[in-house]
Amino acid sequence: MSNRLHGRLDDVSGDAGYAGHPPRVGFFTDTSVCIGCKACEVACKEWNALPEPGPDALRLSGESYDNTGALGANSWRHVAFIEQGPLDVGATITADVLGPALAGVTDSGTVAPATRWLMASDVCKHCTHAACLDVCPTGALVRTEFGTVIVQSDVCNGCAYCVSACPFGVIDRREDDGRAWKCTMCYDRLRGGMEPACAKACPTDSIQFGPLDDLRVTAAARVAELHARGVTDARLYGADPDDGIGGAGAFFLLLDEPEVYGLPPDPVVTTKDLPAMWKWAGGAAALLVAGVAAAFAGRRP
Amino acid sequence: MTEERQVPEAAFGSYYGRPILKVTRWREPHLPAYLFLGELSGAAAVLAAAAAATRRPALARAGRLIAAGAAYAGAGFLTAELGRPERFVNMLRVAKPTSPMSMGSWILAAHSGLVSATAASELTGMATRLGTAAGAAAGLTGPLLATYPGVLLANTAVPAWHTAYRELPLLFAGGALTAAGAGGLAVSACRAERDDFEAARRLALAGAVLESAAGFGLEHRSGLSGEPYREGNSGSMLRAARYLTLSGGAATLAARRSRVAAVAAAALLTGGGLCAKFAVLRAGVASARDPKYVVASQRNEA
Repeated sequence: MSNRLHGRLDDVSGDAGYAGHPPRVGFFTDTSVCIGCKACEVACKEWNALPEPGPDALRLSGESYDNTGALGANSWRHVAFIEQGPLDVGATITADVLGPALAGVTDSGTVAPATRWLMASDVCKHCTHAACLDVCPTGALVRTEFGTVIVQSDVCNGCAYCVSACPFGVIDRREDDGRAWKCTMCYDRLRGGMEPACAKACPTDSIQFGPLDDLRVTAAARVAELHARGVTDARLYGADPDDGIGGAGAFFLLLDEPEVYGLPPDPVVTTKDLPAMWKWAGGAAALLVAGVAAAFAGRRP
Repeated sequence: MTEERQVPEAAFGSYYGRPILKVTRWREPHLPAYLFLGELSGAAAVLAAAAAATRRPALARAGRLIAAGAAYAGAGFLTAELGRPERFVNMLRVAKPTSPMSMGSWILAAHSGLVSATAASELTGMATRLGTAAGAAAGLTGPLLATYPGVLLANTAVPAWHTAYRELPLLFAGGALTAAGAGGLAVSACRAERDDFEAARRLALAGAVLESAAGFGLEHRSGLSGEPYREGNSGSMLRAARYLTLSGGAATLAARRSRVAAVAAAALLTGGGLCAKFAVLRAGVASARDPKYVVASQRNEA
């Protein structure tokens, strides 16, 4: 019972009440082969008919080639651009720091001038223990038969609880519309037996779609391969079913600490502490009653 | 071209200093007003039930009317916070234990019904036994209405709220006692009911002590998790809240002989309670806006 709120949960759709459901699907985003083309952002926008983010949509952010900024109600894929090099680090970066594959070690053994450009396409994590879904008071957020998490826009009343509950800052309210929106993993395409638009559009297979179990195997092999090639910074993010969110349905291969990409380093679903929170609220309520009783006690028949 | 560092020196990496979390869509004055009115209504219902049980009809009447008025005003602010206010009723579409807002909606619905029935009976003089029974039941929903928002805020990814899940319900319980005590002080001072006045005074004092202690606890949380309650706009607001509450408490002590002092005490206590709610919202905003709070709390736990 305790794993309803946190911990490992192997059959997330079954736990949500689906019998005979398809396998859980997900994304494996391998950022080591992302070229920052933003085809995923465009394909997502087009397929899901997302409006422009607002009057700032065409501004230059000054943050490398990123003018999307963050995931939000109208941006369900976001390509982050991180420029790392001597200017930032204040020292010459060598193959020791970057790993030979990325630093550009040539056959003759010389090290290229070291800067590197990290690119990563972020997306809703479709958590095993999804805080947005847990806290939604209307039942607008639901688990699908594919194990993904979607908002039913005909039910959402825009209370914005999910916005504050998401540990990744993914879901947001569209202010001109009043409802919460986020990636559906192209639920309509999944129902039609197609892969999500972003994965379909990705030219380098940085975004891979498939059954989650298969993706985890693929990802583990890819990390091992990169480590063997000397890219020791490569690590998986969100792939562990025993982590604070019970593992993500959309996980990543990163080349630096998660916070460098704007990701929380070790997110834990907030609902994990819910029983303790209610105990303290119950205690406080009892204290309130005791306070009133004490104030009114004595004298007076 | 000279480049200015936009992001202050931080111990942790970040993505251009951008927030990891979304800053809450809950805003001023709606959320603080709802928090205040909810605890006022909750504690006023308990006060009314206790006053009715100890045969203090004037105080019971005031408590019942305040409880009903505050419940409706609070529900109004809550509804105005929604992106789709016309879908407010969807809150009662499911009953979901994992959602404090779902639980809170049911508590608010039950409480509002009970205090409405009691207030209607009080005003019309009809069905007084039913009214008293509903009032007694509201004495049970009231404390939950006052303290559940502690869970509502804590059950988020917002560091300043989540880490404060012990202090927040105590702050709200203290605020509830203070708010109801202030109401009782103002009403009984004007009506010069000696015994009612003493009860309201004790209530206000107990509340001021609890509310100040909880606020003190928030400020003195160790390290980064307490920083938004100490520093910046949210920190100033919480300190202002405590000065108001403590001076309200002092005025309550002095109010024994003065009607003016009683009304001043009620005003100070109410102001302190309101400021505390604004401070809590602003602390949450500050801790969601700066990624260091998220990274620090998760790195330390790991």
